[in-house]
Amino acid sequence: MNLNQLNLTGFKNYAEASFDFAPGINCLIGKNGSGKTNLLDAIYYLAFAKTAFNTTDAQNIHNGQSSMTSFGKFENDLVVACNYEKRKGKTLKVNGEEEKKISNHVGAIPIVMTTPDDTDIIRESSEYRKKFFDGAIAQMNHDYLKNLIDFNKLLKQRNEHLKKAEDPNQINHTLLDTYDAKMLPVAGRISAGRNDFLKTYIPFFEKSYASLHKTEEIPSIIFKSDVLSENFPNQFSDSRKRDILMQRTLIGPHRDQYDFLLNNEAIKKFGSQGQQKTFIIGLKLAEFDMLSDAKGKRPLLLLDDIFDKLDDDRIASMVKLLSAQKRFGQIFITDARRERSKTFFKKQSVNFIEIK
Amino acid sequence: MEYPSKLVERAVDEISHLPGIGKKTALRLVLHLLKQPEESTSQLSTALNELRANIKYCRTCHMIADEDQCIHCNSSYRDPSVICVVEDSPDVLAITNTGEYNGLFHVLGGRISPMDGIGPDHVKIDSLVSRVKNRKEEIKEIVLALSATMEGDTTAYYISKVLKDTGVKITTIARGISVGSEIEYADEVTLGRSIVTRTEMGD
Repeated sequence: MNLNQLNLTGFKNYAEASFDFAPGINCLIGKNGSGKTNLLDAIYYLAFAKTAFNTTDAQNIHNGQSSMTSFGKFENDLVVACNYEKRKGKTLKVNGEEEKKISNHVGAIPIVMTTPDDTDIIRESSEYRKKFFDGAIAQMNHDYLKNLIDFNKLLKQRNEHLKKAEDPNQINHTLLDTYDAKMLPVAGRISAGRNDFLKTYIPFFEKSYASLHKTEEIPSIIFKSDVLSENFPNQFSDSRKRDILMQRTLIGPHRDQYDFLLNNEAIKKFGSQGQQKTFIIGLKLAEFDMLSDAKGKRPLLLLDDIFDKLDDDRIASMVKLLSAQKRFGQIFITDARRERSKTFFKKQSVNFIEIK
Repeated sequence: MEYPSKLVERAVDEISHLPGIGKKTALRLVLHLLKQPEESTSQLSTALNELRANIKYCRTCHMIADEDQCIHCNSSYRDPSVICVVEDSPDVLAITNTGEYNGLFHVLGGRISPMDGIGPDHVKIDSLVSRVKNRKEEIKEIVLALSATMEGDTTAYYISKVLKDTGVKITTIARGISVGSEIEYADEVTLGRSIVTRTEMGD
């Protein structure tokens, strides 16, 4: 999978811009605020038709313009365009034809991305870990993504009904029965999907972690879900009284939890910064390996500011890892420090792109 | 856009509120009306005024009507033992146009979606239930013809629950491959559903 050319119109800080990329490592060099990360986000848009960050589509339009487009030409004449226009909304076109269901497109251009915000996956609530895994599963499993979209919609409807009732007498139990009956099978498929994914993922993760760090440390990932228990349908209906009281749905796959451990202790609490960073890179590399395995092609690897906070030895070993023959396909790296990348990538053939 | 007159601007503004019509189309329509004889514009505005003032909704099925009862409920040719439940009036027209259905209708006026502020009480489900209960002996079948969306499915499921104890047979329209389309281009969900609900080959 190679992206040969990217054209941006009205996208974030780019009024109009065009970039050509090489098949191997592409190093995007530019000062803070020059738009390196925005360029990675534009590539992310081609795969997911949404931003990798916490902004709305409207906020990503270039100042003073009314629409934005990210247009990418891939190998084998694949052309993807994602356009967002104020009032009209979003359209995704693949080879000129509109893809009405964006969820059908997710996974067609496999991508693994790391950003400095990834530390949230370890340090913040389980919500962030779930988001990371959901993204990884969705790229490999269309049905999973569809189930997740359906479930979230049903959950929103159910919660909305719970919220609107001013007192318990206003609750329509037949309507709740209806949502429960629709939600239960979907909930089961989601939590089972997460559990099954993790079983395949963990060996990839253990391997990638070991390749990054030669120690006795044992990393592990624990998945907890009420939904997987045989008794869940009963628990769910028993929970209704409390749901009505709290005005939201208290149990279900939206409460599933992932815990990250290092030597059986929570890495969130006990892991050093370096250990946490290694853990995250391990997670992402495992996602990359599993995705290439499943798709039979290597995903695009987007690395935002990956050298930040690493000492020279670690940068050197990272460069060595990224340059490993045949492991990776096309890579995009951003760096604000020109000389650093030029020094470390001296021996490799790297396409340097200056961003002004 | 700059308009040559305030009168034109106001007319354009009103017309552009209609679905599917933007400012440009609205302006074209307004300028077209000005070129026509005066009667045609007053006929149009009379028609719209009378439409709004005199339109009625059938007290039985809530379909748009000129009288207290709509043409379907009034008709002696239609089979009163089958009621087809739809979301809105255009669905009634679509179903009668197929020429394959000869029963009565029930127009809900929407579908359940608490997110959009529409609960079961905001659509005509209660009146459907009492309609079925009052004529339990006569009615043989309720056909649910609702959109194949999550809200449509929820509404259908809800109706089937509240009608359950009437004992009346409840069916829902088939979902599957549209006529004239190829299997290989069908989406997986639709194709899967059409296999589950396959029918026996007729003659």
